[in-house]
Amino acid sequence: MPNYLFIESRGSPRDTFGCTTASALARGGASVVLLLVQNAALAARHGAHAPQLDEAAAAGVALLADEFALRERGIARERLRPGVEPAPIDVVIDRLVDGWHVIWH
Amino acid sequence: MTSTRPQLAFALMDPPFESARTTTAFRLLAAAAQRGCDLKVFAYEGAVLLPFAKQQAHPNAVHGRSLEEENHPLPKDIVAALIAEAARHGGSLDWINCGLCVDERGAGEAIVGVRRGSPSDFWQMAQNACNTLVIPTRG
Repeated sequence: MPNYLFIESRGSPRDTFGCTTASALARGGASVVLLLVQNAALAARHGAHAPQLDEAAAAGVALLADEFALRERGIARERLRPGVEPAPIDVVIDRLVDGWHVIWH
Repeated sequence: MTSTRPQLAFALMDPPFESARTTTAFRLLAAAAQRGCDLKVFAYEGAVLLPFAKQQAHPNAVHGRSLEEENHPLPKDIVAALIAEAARHGGSLDWINCGLCVDERGAGEAIVGVRRGSPSDFWQMAQNACNTLVIPTRG
């Protein structure tokens, strides 16, 4: 089963393609990571309306948020929603080198 | 002799000064360059203007700032710095601009280190690379 890293950069909860696809792949048994970058990092805040992230987490998708995007937006680690971990952008390079499918839609 | 350094291919499409995606793309390239990767970048559509040599910094009269105070970052300088950074870490950054996209935009004057090519170059890059990331124009 291939491994997948989805990069989500849009902030709107209506943009669910990445989360929906990531969730479906995770439910199918793949290892799936979703990285929130740019304005998508706003959804990582505790209390932000982002049901697609709750769905993804419930499906087994690992949720990461770009540390730089969090700092840019003044979002401290303790303000993150449960299940979201900050990560350096290097995680994308790690996964590319490891042969993961990296998808920025 | 074949290189054992990871070779990664990237496709960029956004023009300069427009999108946070370009900033993220530059950060990704910097992270890979610092690991000594061999990087292949195919710039398509507006992204061919990222290394355009005639970009100019400017003062900001509205805010009363001089050229130096404004310290306007130019994508062409970032591209040059990425090429140098890759070399400094034992890797490389080969940047190819889509030729048709260049002609459409009159963007023929690129900085040193940038080549002209075609989408078939991107296909070749993807064939040879251990992985490829396409950065879309929306998001």
